[in-house]
Amino acid sequence: MKEKLQNLKDEAIKKIEASNDLTKLNDVRIAVLGKKGDLTAISKSMKDILPKDRPAFGQLINEARSEIEKRLEDAKAALEAKELEICLKKEVIDVTLPAKKNKLGHKHPNTIALEEVERIFVGMGYEVVEGPEVELDYYNFEALNIPENHPAKDEQDTFYINDNILLRTQTSPVQVRQMEKGKLPIRMIAPGRVFRSDEVDATHSPSFHQIEGLVIDKHITFADLKGTLAEFARELFGEETKVKFRPHHFPFTEPSAEVDVTCFKCGGTGCRFCKGSGWIEILGCGMVHPRVLRMSGIDPEEYSGFAFGVGLERIALLKYEIDDMRLLYENDDRFLKQF
Amino acid sequence: MNTSFAWIKSLVPGLDATDQEYMDAMTLSGTKAEGCQRLDADLEKIIVGQIKKIEPHPDADKLIVCQVDIGTGENIQIVTGAPNVSEGDKVPIVLHGGRVAGGHDGSKTAGGIKIKKGKLRGVESNGMMCSIEELGSSRDMYPDAPELGIYIFEPDAEVGKDAVELLGLHDSVIEYEITSNRVDCFSVIGIAREAAATFRKELKLPVVTETGNREHAGDYIKVSVLDNDLCSRYVARVVKNIKIAPSPKWMQHRLAAHGIRPINNLVDITNYVMLEYGQPMHAYDLDTIAGKEIIVRRALDDETFVTLDGQERKLDENILMICDADKPVGIAGIMGGENSMITDQVKTMLFEAACFDGTNIRLSSKKIGLRTDASSIFEKGLDPNNAMLAINRACQLIEELGAGEVVGGAVDVYPVKKEGRRIPFEPEKYNRLLGTDISKEDMLSYFVRLELLYDEAANELLIPSWRQDLECDADIAEEAARFFGYDNIPTTLPTGEATTGKLSFKLRIEAAARETAEFCGFSQGMCYSFESPKVFDKLLIPQDSKLRETVKILNPLGEDFSIMRTVPLNGMLTSLSTNFNRRNKDVRLYELGNIYLPKQLPVTELPEERMQLTLGMYGEGDFYTLKGVIEEFFQKIGMKDKLMYDPNADRPYLHPGRSADIFYHGNAVGYIGEVHPIVVSNYSMKDRVYIAVLDMPEIVKEASFDRKYMGIAKFPAAVRDISMVAPKEILAGDIEKVFEEQGGEYLEQYALFDIYVGSQIKQGYKSLAYSLTFRSKEKNLEEADIVTSMERILDALEKMGVELRKN
Repeated sequence: MKEKLQNLKDEAIKKIEASNDLTKLNDVRIAVLGKKGDLTAISKSMKDILPKDRPAFGQLINEARSEIEKRLEDAKAALEAKELEICLKKEVIDVTLPAKKNKLGHKHPNTIALEEVERIFVGMGYEVVEGPEVELDYYNFEALNIPENHPAKDEQDTFYINDNILLRTQTSPVQVRQMEKGKLPIRMIAPGRVFRSDEVDATHSPSFHQIEGLVIDKHITFADLKGTLAEFARELFGEETKVKFRPHHFPFTEPSAEVDVTCFKCGGTGCRFCKGSGWIEILGCGMVHPRVLRMSGIDPEEYSGFAFGVGLERIALLKYEIDDMRLLYENDDRFLKQF
Repeated sequence: MNTSFAWIKSLVPGLDATDQEYMDAMTLSGTKAEGCQRLDADLEKIIVGQIKKIEPHPDADKLIVCQVDIGTGENIQIVTGAPNVSEGDKVPIVLHGGRVAGGHDGSKTAGGIKIKKGKLRGVESNGMMCSIEELGSSRDMYPDAPELGIYIFEPDAEVGKDAVELLGLHDSVIEYEITSNRVDCFSVIGIAREAAATFRKELKLPVVTETGNREHAGDYIKVSVLDNDLCSRYVARVVKNIKIAPSPKWMQHRLAAHGIRPINNLVDITNYVMLEYGQPMHAYDLDTIAGKEIIVRRALDDETFVTLDGQERKLDENILMICDADKPVGIAGIMGGENSMITDQVKTMLFEAACFDGTNIRLSSKKIGLRTDASSIFEKGLDPNNAMLAINRACQLIEELGAGEVVGGAVDVYPVKKEGRRIPFEPEKYNRLLGTDISKEDMLSYFVRLELLYDEAANELLIPSWRQDLECDADIAEEAARFFGYDNIPTTLPTGEATTGKLSFKLRIEAAARETAEFCGFSQGMCYSFESPKVFDKLLIPQDSKLRETVKILNPLGEDFSIMRTVPLNGMLTSLSTNFNRRNKDVRLYELGNIYLPKQLPVTELPEERMQLTLGMYGEGDFYTLKGVIEEFFQKIGMKDKLMYDPNADRPYLHPGRSADIFYHGNAVGYIGEVHPIVVSNYSMKDRVYIAVLDMPEIVKEASFDRKYMGIAKFPAAVRDISMVAPKEILAGDIEKVFEEQGGEYLEQYALFDIYVGSQIKQGYKSLAYSLTFRSKEKNLEEADIVTSMERILDALEKMGVELRKN
């Protein structure tokens, strides 16, 4: 009987080892451990054994059963692993095939530049405000200390609707509108569309954008203006950027300056981009002219302030190396998609 | 404004700087030097040589062989083809290894042309004789140069000397950008004064001596100014026994450096002094002046006048004229008349230096269509005190150059003398504005170089009359800052009350619009605000439409840019058309821009500016794609109630069966549709084009960024499907309206999941299938809870003529 059990076990192990798929393995399990299986049959023949030998024999059967079960389980795990491996191999894909994109649209380069500028100034506590594009002559010129008959008012620069109404030539009138509200201190930027009577070409457009900045408070100094714009230039063009202030003239600021930044292409050593000078002019600025303050109802003895104006297209063209301004208003998809 | 650097140096003798150093320093002190042209950049090893002997070339008829003394004691041999040289001539010679600027045809070569010794048809040549063109200039600027051939020096030129020096070409022409407030800097003296202050050197102005014989100009001419508002000063002097001749070389060379062609002594002196003092002057032949009298008056309306260029000019009463007893003889400050111009036969000359009103000159010059060197200076508004100085300087030069006999005295009509301003000197104020700590002494040391003198007793600065731009503290602070150096001013950040950085709500909604549009594949375009009135026809907008009432530009850049747009469609369709015709596929664009609606016509107040979000597309996608974008946007800005689409949009530019006006809470907020095929073809496209326009002011009113968490449903939903066949005229919107109205409190949502039109369905009908989801927040729904809602819905649908399909 013992011998028979031993044979049965050996036989079963052999069959398990020979099984090369899960079905065959299952067949082996049923043939050995199933209700009508060989081992089950031996267990049933226990009654033919002397009672005194029964416990010992029972133990042998149990040992054989657990041995076979373990073998079955190991074999099953091995076969499953193998099958998974085969299956995964079959599912290999070419990961270099083209992506299925959710086609996103693109921002206009002007907007990207504007958002950069807004981010910097909003971070410094500036409010973003707007003003009308069709504007009164008073706000565009007179209140900015540009009197009647000033050459800047000449018809060749300004589009007029009638004697008093025009298309604003600058975003500076928003300064005046904000000052007139009488709420001080002021820290604002005013981005927007402006118009000048220039024929369209690679560097001119009759319609373009400016960003005006204005700070009015007690004790604002030219040094504050320098510090603010230096900070702005570093944020916009990189930590290494240096700024240079050159005296200039604008009717609505005094003292006035033009601001150059170190060329962000060559870092200031001089290249084709900055025409060898190492510097690129980016904006005009100055201390708000006392006459402008007074006209807007602010006492220049008590308050002072600075203002600056940046050409948005100028920044966009420089930053993104766009060589023709017309591209900005053509809206060619192949252009816009690059931003 | 350009100046010769050598001229500046002659007025500021202590100035020792390279071109670049000079330009940098001047730019930083406020006189922006924009460019520099070295006249001798490409001239090297060029000396004066004297031709000692000329022999024919043995092998070439057109060449000659010259032995040239170059001052070294030994002659050198040069072969030339020049036809104009003779033995004894002194000529510019470029030696072996030297350079010239270009060819004798006037063409310039970048970097110059290197000259080496060599053989010409077998005969050795050790250098080259130069024409004025090869030296980088022209016969215009050097009228003494022969038309063809080698430049020949005066006989007294020293052999072996630097020829470039002799021609005045060791100089640079500096180009400045002068701002409109600095009228005084449109003169060599003005720039020299800035240079002296910048480099802290002394300014040495020409010493103008008294001139004239014992006679008095007043015996020759009488002057009356009728319009003092337009002519604040008129100075007249007289020169007799005029001897017209060329001006001396040094003067010719300075004029040449400024691009002014030397003509003769009188003209050259006038031009020279105009450069030097910034004061234009005019000369009349006194013998043509009737009644020996000058009257300065306004022209008569429709008066005509022939200027010295032979053109007849039409005048009006706003144009100031210089007249004699009978007739006009010149347009004040713009151009003299043909009838009084100086000719070679002139004997006695009336010399005028006046100060005219700048604005009037500018407007007159524009009206006549004639802008001259003189008018472009006068229009800046000159200092009347400069007129006498300049005319005396000119007379001094006339005497020095022997151009005539200057009559003593001047007739000076100057009723109100312009005095310089006085401004209190307040250094603390300037420092406070600048954020600096510049000492009082330093400030005064800058000012004295600018000739702003300090009256210590009154503690006032005396502003010279040529500095009309200095009016208030801020102006003086700028003068202090300029010479302290903008670079030396510290950098600080504003202190004081904190302010909140923010975007307005409108701008935040616009940002959300951009974000949504871009997420849905639309790229941002930018279009012009002005367009052609023809766009209305292109868009099929009827003649009587209110959209044709536009804000018009008085002085547009042509008709195509003449009206402010009242619809944003043209810009979008033009952009799509550009893309379409460049064969770009599947293009989606959006634009955020204003339309401009006049409040009345003619315009008397500012028009209404309404921001429009315009979406346009062709290629992949259809009406419903675009509709989806709009709904995504409304979701994003908190407009979650149902949008109504009215198919009776009746917009001529849209497909009548594929367009809708969009309503939110009963208010029109925009429209959407396929573009009318005729409009598509008007814009040269051949595809279906979809467009949507949202009126942002209406949307901003309804939008909100407030959000409230509603809880996630805990109880299961009950879903019921309804299939139906409806006449085509019944819109999905009509059916959905039934759901909305009859669905009861438990109807959570509904969704169309099938729509079919075709052979399976009878003609004129369509099949629709909706899935309705019911849910309660408080309990598990039972069949009974739903049945009543469903019955109400089905009843209402049947009443509309919808047939229900029982499953």
